[in-house]
Amino acid sequence: MAGSPRGVRGGPPDRGESHARSWRGAGWGFVVKLMLMAAVNAVGLAIVWSAYVEGSWGILAGTLALTAAADWVYFSKRSLPAKYLFPGLAFLLIFQLFTMAYTFNVAMTNYGTGHNGTQQQAVDALLIQNERAVDDAPEYPLTIVRRDDELGFAVVDDGQAMVGSSDTPLASEPAATIDGDRITVVPGWDVVDRGTLLADQSLQQQVLDLRVPVSDDADDGSIRTREGTRGTVYRSTLDWDPQAETLTDTETGVVYAARDDGRFVADDGTALPVGWEVYVGFDNFVRGFTDSNYAGPFWRITAWTFAFAILTVVTSFLMGMAMAVVFNDERIRGRKLLRTLFILPYAFPAFLSALLWRGMLNANPDYGIINDLFLFGARIEWLNDPWLAKLAIIGVNLWLSFPYWFLVCTGALQSLPNDVLEAARIDGAGWWRTWTSITPPLLLISTAPLIIASFAFNFNNFTIIYMLTEGGPRFTDTSAVLGHTDILITMIYQISGVAGGRADFGLASALSIIVFLVVGVISALTFRRTRRLEEIL
Amino acid sequence: MATTVNADPVRADREREHAAARRRRWLAEVGWKYPVAVLLVFYAAFPLAYVLSAALASSGTLTGSTELFRSVSTANVTALADTQFLTWMANTLIIAGSTSAGSVLMGAAAAYAFSRFRFAGRRGGLTALLIIQMFPQFLAFIAVFLLLLALGDVVPPLGLNSRLALICVHLGGALGTNTFLMYGFFNTIPREIDEAAKIDGATHAQTYWTIILRLVTPILAVVGLLSFVAAFGDFILARIILTSESNWTLTVGMYAWVSNELNANWGLFAAGAVIASLPILALFLILQRYIVGGLTTGSVKG
Repeated sequence: MAGSPRGVRGGPPDRGESHARSWRGAGWGFVVKLMLMAAVNAVGLAIVWSAYVEGSWGILAGTLALTAAADWVYFSKRSLPAKYLFPGLAFLLIFQLFTMAYTFNVAMTNYGTGHNGTQQQAVDALLIQNERAVDDAPEYPLTIVRRDDELGFAVVDDGQAMVGSSDTPLASEPAATIDGDRITVVPGWDVVDRGTLLADQSLQQQVLDLRVPVSDDADDGSIRTREGTRGTVYRSTLDWDPQAETLTDTETGVVYAARDDGRFVADDGTALPVGWEVYVGFDNFVRGFTDSNYAGPFWRITAWTFAFAILTVVTSFLMGMAMAVVFNDERIRGRKLLRTLFILPYAFPAFLSALLWRGMLNANPDYGIINDLFLFGARIEWLNDPWLAKLAIIGVNLWLSFPYWFLVCTGALQSLPNDVLEAARIDGAGWWRTWTSITPPLLLISTAPLIIASFAFNFNNFTIIYMLTEGGPRFTDTSAVLGHTDILITMIYQISGVAGGRADFGLASALSIIVFLVVGVISALTFRRTRRLEEIL
Repeated sequence: MATTVNADPVRADREREHAAARRRRWLAEVGWKYPVAVLLVFYAAFPLAYVLSAALASSGTLTGSTELFRSVSTANVTALADTQFLTWMANTLIIAGSTSAGSVLMGAAAAYAFSRFRFAGRRGGLTALLIIQMFPQFLAFIAVFLLLLALGDVVPPLGLNSRLALICVHLGGALGTNTFLMYGFFNTIPREIDEAAKIDGATHAQTYWTIILRLVTPILAVVGLLSFVAAFGDFILARIILTSESNWTLTVGMYAWVSNELNANWGLFAAGAVIASLPILALFLILQRYIVGGLTTGSVKG
């Protein structure tokens, strides 16, 4: 058993000579530590510097704090336990605790597609989106230049060469060579000649899309080109008034005013497509329960999530326990071989199993072997019918997880206290009485923590749902991309839009918090209950 | 016994009856278990035999092969060479291997500290870990995504589409998942061993690296295997972090092969599935003894 140190190779060190005699001061261990700490500090300082350049103050402060903490921990004599805890804690802090806290923060915002920056960024984006060629604006002779993957324009304005790209506004470049009215050589850039441009379709599109700002102010407009040789100034049809916080459409005269919910809205209710990120308090939670697109699916999905987790645990536990009881019998030959064969589904990677079953359950008997082989070629829509899809998921998950419970229950059965069973036999309990009133309670006590853990795991079992049905078949009464077999975690995944599509980080984070709460409450309640059970024992 | 020649017909009769009764009892108590076992083995192994057969089939589908192993060819396996399968396999092994090694080192160090040192905040720390353990890390995947988006501007190697970033995210979940499992095991190693080493003049680092780590090898194997399997099978984090195809892991890549019903390539999938599952199957079968022990000790005593 893994629970005792017996049978473990190694053991106490040689007793021949004491370690004290072979002590040679700061040895190679210290050198390794010094080198590791030098590397940590170098990386830390590099990140601090780069964060300073980018202006990411949060990352700067975090890195500085962690690097300083590392130095203190490993060079101080008073921080012995911390020396062992620090690496794990650092990762835990950044990638689990911080992200959990940040989820709460995002849940309070309207962060998502169309709301992903400051108000100024939204204004700039809107100004750029609404740029039109200015009537009778001057045209400049234009040369397309390239530097690695970056494209730029070089234009001649009043005999002066100006160079810029989409990220860097036009700036004068005195070192450029002007031949006739156009630029032929720019230091640091490669000139793209006309032949190259005509031969390359995607390059043409990039040139058409390229806008080189005239200055840092988005209001000044940008240089664009339609054919690659002449550039014109484009200006926005929107006019930004920073004092009043309004955008005015100079063509129609409509005024869009900034509102608290992070959008520019006109009097008639139309809103501009780009907004900015603001705190919206508990609006996302309210929206999850009331929005007609989400509220109905939310309750149905929650109910199915519980049903799925409970049914999976119950079916696979019962099957595993029954198997353990039946095959934990010394009179059966080849038990080792049987055990190995039984746990094959558990040892096969779960995501591959789910994908495999998806193929095997295909409705068309020409493709799906389950229909073909076991159901006489019937055309049963296993994954496209709401109820059959649910049945299929529970069935596949039973196949995936019964070996786990078989292993666990076999282990638990073998470590049942013999004296209790013996006492029962002396008291005259038959095998039926033993198997109904004595063994199950004992089994349940030792496996209860695992049952809870398994429930919590399946409550968020993203892989099986997503690989088998992707949540489908779709609900027909909502426009949200949600379906009958979606559980909460796959619903969050769809709404968040992290894998493409429209993103709504705020609402998705709010739903994550609901899942946090459910998992937390269930675990807390049941852990208290198990402790009480163990006390009885 | 039945072969013994006996002149007494009554006694022979009684013995025959006896043997028949014993056979009936054997059938009722043991014999019926064999057919049940055959059924269960079929249930457990059929899909796996089927995927093996499809991998070796000459056609590129998972289909129509109602007879298992009707044809055996290596067409599907060789076709894998034309895909990115080997790149994904390498990515997966690198990510899962690093995650597993890192989790074992960090988890063992933390378990050692909690088990051997008495310091302020020890009880609080253990309780906090017990609570954190309940919340799977990927629940916060939106925040992970946004964090990497911001980190990528400052430190490109830790941004989106970086395998190193994915490893770091997995390592973030290491302490919460594994410490308790290991803590329980570390507590079963007698403290007298540490004290003897200390009296002999060993430093805490020497005790840890050369003595304790060797005594806890079984739990290191279990945690290493479990973190490897978890990282190997992770879909949600890999899917949102690794964006370009050459950085994908097997989960993301093989899902892409068969998720589209119209051009699902089941032949490739089957061949890939067989190859991809081999390392995991091997590890599981070798370490199955440890797994059961590790699972029950860790959580029952935790």
